[in-house]
Amino acid sequence: MKITDIITALDLKVISGHNGLTNDITGGYVSDLLSDVMGNAKEGQIWITLQTHQNIIAVASLKDISAIIIVKGFVPEADTIEKSNIENIPVLSTELDTFNVTGRLFELLKKE
Amino acid sequence: MRFLRADLHIHTVLSPCGDLDMSPVNIVSEAALMGLNIIGITDHNTTRHCELINRLAAEKGIFVMQGAEVTTKEEVHCLAFFENTDALKKFQVFLDINLPDIINDPEKFGYQVQVDEDENIVYEEKKLLINAISKSFEETEAFIHGLNGLFIPAHINRSKNSIYSQLGFLPDNMKADAIEVSRTTTPEQFAVDHPEIKEFPLIRCSDAHYTGDIGAVFTVFYINEPSFAEIRLALKGENGRKIILE
Repeated sequence: MKITDIITALDLKVISGHNGLTNDITGGYVSDLLSDVMGNAKEGQIWITLQTHQNIIAVASLKDISAIIIVKGFVPEADTIEKSNIENIPVLSTELDTFNVTGRLFELLKKE
Repeated sequence: MRFLRADLHIHTVLSPCGDLDMSPVNIVSEAALMGLNIIGITDHNTTRHCELINRLAAEKGIFVMQGAEVTTKEEVHCLAFFENTDALKKFQVFLDINLPDIINDPEKFGYQVQVDEDENIVYEEKKLLINAISKSFEETEAFIHGLNGLFIPAHINRSKNSIYSQLGFLPDNMKADAIEVSRTTTPEQFAVDHPEIKEFPLIRCSDAHYTGDIGAVFTVFYINEPSFAEIRLALKGENGRKIILE
């Protein structure tokens, strides 16, 4: 599934990293501990987190994560947005909490 | 110039996890017993015990670095120290504003009491102090440096509430005055294991929550006199001032 399809289906807001929107999504990973994501996330996954710190982009880049969804309407820091645009890793935003956005994404990917 | 022993990470009874024996009087007595010349008072997200400990310690010839152990939004623990009462008070306001309004349950988390020199309770902090404030690691750093304070990410080698556990690795352009390691490693060993930290001075502190832990490990400063300005110079390694590794 394309990121753009997920954006439409889950009504996500694109904050930054527009050049990466054509990336494919192979699955998802949910965690707020960056060391855990570094150890366990897989290439091509979309990552759902409440973290907004600039290090999320470095972790996503390291693990070839396709995009990041930030929950609960949290706003990423300016340096996070800047790095997202440099790395072409989309940062997406939802007003939903992690439980609800993950449930919807899971249903969506299950249909594939 | 003198070699002075410093333990810059000590909690008091005001921290919920601080033992009830960690009163200002007891902390100062124990620090004197352990031969410490400098102590740092670093309760979780509060500075309210600094002033009294500063006064009591001065009577015993111990210099106090006044500050707190602040929990950033990402739940990274960082030591903050300030040179004067004005800056310390401004930082307390910053903490009061940014700590969430979640009430402590002393039965679950421990008592958060401020006591006087006769160990009478004079204040009880209602808000749970071990929560994270609403400011990011960088916002917290900028505020501390705006008050001309020292910003020292705490116990970086620990698997909880450290830069590595919460943020994975050192953030780009991190403006830390030093990095603290806990007693389970030494600065020498840590520098070997983590060459990426070589641009930062390392200090080692006890993170004492019990009187028996005070001074269990310490950092030796080679400085002219025990003062904030001299410690800042030692962290920078300027004018012959330096940190002596154990």
